[in-house]
Amino acid sequence: MSGTPILLTAPDVVDSSEDRTMILNMGPQHPSTHGVLRLVLEIDGEVVVRVAPDIGYLHTGIEKTCEAKFYQQVVPLTDRIDYLSPMHNNLCYCLAVEKLLELEIPERAQWLRVLLSELTRLNSHLVWLGTHAMDLGALTVFLYCFREREEILRIFDSISGQRMMTSYFRIGGLALEPPLDFCDRVRAFLKIMPERIDEYENLLTGNRIFMNRTKGVGLLSAEDAIALGVTGPPLRASGVDWDLRRDMPYSGYEKFQFNVPVSNDCDVWARYVLRVQEMRESVKIATQALDGLPEGPIKANNPKVILPDREAMKTQMEALIHHFKIVTEGFPVPAGQVYQAIESSRGEMGYYVVSDGTAKPYRVHMRNPTFATLQAIEKMCVGRLIADVVAAIGSIDIVLGEIDR
Amino acid sequence: MTDTSKNNEKEAVLTAHAENRAVAALMQQLPGIVQNANDAHGELSLTVARESIVAACRAVQAAGYNFLVDVTCVDWYPNQPRFQVVYHLLSHAMKQRLRLSVLVAEGDLSVESIVSVWPAANFYEREIFDLFGVRFAGHPNLRRILMPEEFQYNPLRKDFPVEGYR
Repeated sequence: MSGTPILLTAPDVVDSSEDRTMILNMGPQHPSTHGVLRLVLEIDGEVVVRVAPDIGYLHTGIEKTCEAKFYQQVVPLTDRIDYLSPMHNNLCYCLAVEKLLELEIPERAQWLRVLLSELTRLNSHLVWLGTHAMDLGALTVFLYCFREREEILRIFDSISGQRMMTSYFRIGGLALEPPLDFCDRVRAFLKIMPERIDEYENLLTGNRIFMNRTKGVGLLSAEDAIALGVTGPPLRASGVDWDLRRDMPYSGYEKFQFNVPVSNDCDVWARYVLRVQEMRESVKIATQALDGLPEGPIKANNPKVILPDREAMKTQMEALIHHFKIVTEGFPVPAGQVYQAIESSRGEMGYYVVSDGTAKPYRVHMRNPTFATLQAIEKMCVGRLIADVVAAIGSIDIVLGEIDR
Repeated sequence: MTDTSKNNEKEAVLTAHAENRAVAALMQQLPGIVQNANDAHGELSLTVARESIVAACRAVQAAGYNFLVDVTCVDWYPNQPRFQVVYHLLSHAMKQRLRLSVLVAEGDLSVESIVSVWPAANFYEREIFDLFGVRFAGHPNLRRILMPEEFQYNPLRKDFPVEGYR
């Protein structure tokens, strides 16, 4: 780094012709920026005049790293992008590569993927709810949310051996058959979850302080939301009825019945109400997936792409050869380009994968929801108080890992 | 692929998708703009002339593709033209996606910015400028976004090493 004073290098904000305003540097080490987001605020008294997000503090060059790995080696990298919803990243990447390979995924694997995606959504929304409420001064909610989140993490641990960086989905299916007590554990969890969501609502929904801090704050019209590339709960809270799970289904979502909550209030409060409703819908979808979970294989039948069973590897020559070849040389993917999108906890997550016919992806680009949503922060905050900026950041459920990649 | 077979594929795809509103709009309002077309894996992609990307975006936006999902870039080094800037569009009403791309050759690494059509392109174009070094003419704030301001390279270019110096 050269000696330039970073604090003052925000050319799109600094305007010295007027002395009325001052520059306030919020972050990158600010507790309410959920990671390392820096906002350069131009303020007039306590009123925000302009906002310029400064990102990149968490940039790790994941897209570049992907180009140097085999296709199957990219899966663990995808966990680390949006570390609050690792399974969504796994799923989106796997679906994209499966599209290039034209693989048929067995039903059991698809249903388990849906089940785990919804648990991931619950996990992510619980972290969001706890931290968002904490930012606004309601400390207790955090403790309640993390109690249930812990149970989800234990379920993840039991199926994948990892609490957060699960890497459980593989190209062509799943890594392992879930353990024997998996269904009972998930069922027990899903059974208590609705009343636990009532508990959170008891703490917040009628809470005068929380309502005053969120109602009418962070307004974003539907036109602005579409123009700025906003997706997910903030888009639906602005009155746009769009959910990829229902409107462009993937991984068998068309077989599930659920509602897509929409609100026309356009504010932080609407985003809160909508995410809580979404958690209830997630419980519904996960319950359906658990009830109707079909028997059968969890991997597609393509020995040149999918690693063989341990047992087959020890007894069959071909399986051993395939295993050796896949691990040492990877598998070639037909040349082409695909864009696969899913509805992650935060909105449309998309993977653009370009193949040149070799065993390593030529280009992997992640379209992450909060990268685009962050552009709307200025619309939400201008003319409001600094305290409302905290509420607005919380309401877009920002994860810097996926913004900076 | 030879030029003739590419041309044949383009004609075949455009005929097959003649009723697609984006294809119809582009063919009627901006004839000759589409340089290449294919629809592999059920995804329609059109390569349009670099100079007319803003006009093409306005045409497909009017045709119902209301949402800009993503803008990114692919480096085809050492092939020429080297860069392909890719725009992913979505229509909420038709529930359809569309991919537009433009080819950018070394020597004049510049594309018209589409921020005037979709403000969402702002961060994406900055990211491409940062990581690939493609410039966007008319962008309101074309600065690095992920890498530090004083960084001198474009790390997602294929001639930039993945690790260390080679």
